[in-house]
Amino acid sequence: MGAAAATRDPVFIRVRDLRKQIGEQRILRGVTMEIARGSGVAIIGGSGAGKSVFLKLVMGLIPATSGSIVVDGTEITGLSERQMGPHRRKMGLLFQDGALFDSLTVEENVGFPLVEAGWKDREKVRAKVDETLAAVELSGHKHKLPSDLSGGMRKRAALARAIITDPQGVLYDEPTSGLDPVVADSIYHLIRRTQRMRGITSVVVTHDMKSLPVVADQVVYMREGVVYFAGSPADLLASRDPVVRQFVEGRSGETS
Amino acid sequence: MLGRPVVDLIQYLGELAQLVVEVVRSICCYGVRWRLVVYQVVSIGFGSQIQVLVTGAFTGAVFAAQVYYKFNQLGFESVVGGIVALAMCRELGPVLTGLMLTSRVGAAMAAEIGTMKVTEQVDALRALGVHPVDYLVSPRMLAMLFSMPVLIAESILFGMWASKWIVVSLYGVPNAFYRDQLEKNTDLTDLCFGVSKGLVFGVLIVLISCHQGLKASRGAVGVGKGTTSAVVCASLGILVVNFFLTIALNFVWPVART
Repeated sequence: MGAAAATRDPVFIRVRDLRKQIGEQRILRGVTMEIARGSGVAIIGGSGAGKSVFLKLVMGLIPATSGSIVVDGTEITGLSERQMGPHRRKMGLLFQDGALFDSLTVEENVGFPLVEAGWKDREKVRAKVDETLAAVELSGHKHKLPSDLSGGMRKRAALARAIITDPQGVLYDEPTSGLDPVVADSIYHLIRRTQRMRGITSVVVTHDMKSLPVVADQVVYMREGVVYFAGSPADLLASRDPVVRQFVEGRSGETS
Repeated sequence: MLGRPVVDLIQYLGELAQLVVEVVRSICCYGVRWRLVVYQVVSIGFGSQIQVLVTGAFTGAVFAAQVYYKFNQLGFESVVGGIVALAMCRELGPVLTGLMLTSRVGAAMAAEIGTMKVTEQVDALRALGVHPVDYLVSPRMLAMLFSMPVLIAESILFGMWASKWIVVSLYGVPNAFYRDQLEKNTDLTDLCFGVSKGLVFGVLIVLISCHQGLKASRGAVGVGKGTTSAVVCASLGILVVNFFLTIALNFVWPVART
């Protein structure tokens, strides 16, 4: 199957019976899902449901115990760390805490993927960094170190680094954790804008129910290591399943 | 049956061997980031000047003073220069410089890479398609290989200079006698002996420190433990490997006959 056939595939990420076990703990117990090219998907679920592990598996940062992960037509399970490089460069990953390189300035952080991709012309790198920082509304902060930025700014800088190479997909691991509601809302709109303007496939792990209509075409609710519900945000909110309703309404089930 | 510590040791040595293979592959097949190498040379080479010079000079001075007191009783005080030079070149220079660099450079490497690991910066590198060994380990290894010979040579030369100052200027041994014994007892092969040892110690320091950094986990406590382990393992490694190197290198560069 050639590259052309791969790019024609409307499904960008295809996961089949994915399992992940660490020690005795079974984190994923057979996850199967397909994520369409160019779509926005939100993954929700309680703490320990395996959402972040799922993102790391799709990115190839940790090995699967069993199952299949096909990204852009390439089966990535079984690839070595070196073989994983080209696959990873097709995608971006926004870590929960940004994971900016703390010895580099914002400009150097955001330009890092370009330099590593072999861009030699410093002016072109600088122009692309400026353009991307403007897109995430972070112009004017490029000479600062990550330690000098607020939480929201760090997330924006990390987002800029994730999208500067125009990847086909970006995975967001709780992009608004620790941010106030106003900044969180602006980040969600930024993610949606980026997805629509650049045609990027977005997979957003979140706990924020209010963000779902903003950020997602599809919602996947994971529970105890499996996909419990998959549908549109409207379907989720209209669901009568008591487990889904309890999660959506944020009820613990306890009384005081 | 093998005990748990033996199994752990074999596993640890296996992981170090894997890292060696990965570093060699990285340097030979995947290109060198020379900007990072230069940065590390500045950090390792220039940044260690004070420690290396003080270590070399005071070791040479103390050793010269101790040897002088005994040899003076025997009437061999003119030999002190040659003895100190031999000891500085073949043992004290490389070993003490190696130990100093372990505490300064090795600890910094383990702590920096360990912090990057627990704050997901290493995963961020991987997510950007950059192999951590290419970016974090290989530049440090090359920088150490470039810096170590110079640092060892500096340490030895300052040790010899300090011993001369003690023996000739302070205790009044005639310079001609001192120089005569120095030239009879040492030559360039002794310097090669010390520098060769230093290169091996440098490789050990980088491997052990980077390995500890890359496998750090569990936050600040994990980084602290990794850094401590790096310093302890590299220090002990230097002392153990030094014994075998001394035996082996004496076949290559035997002590000069007087």
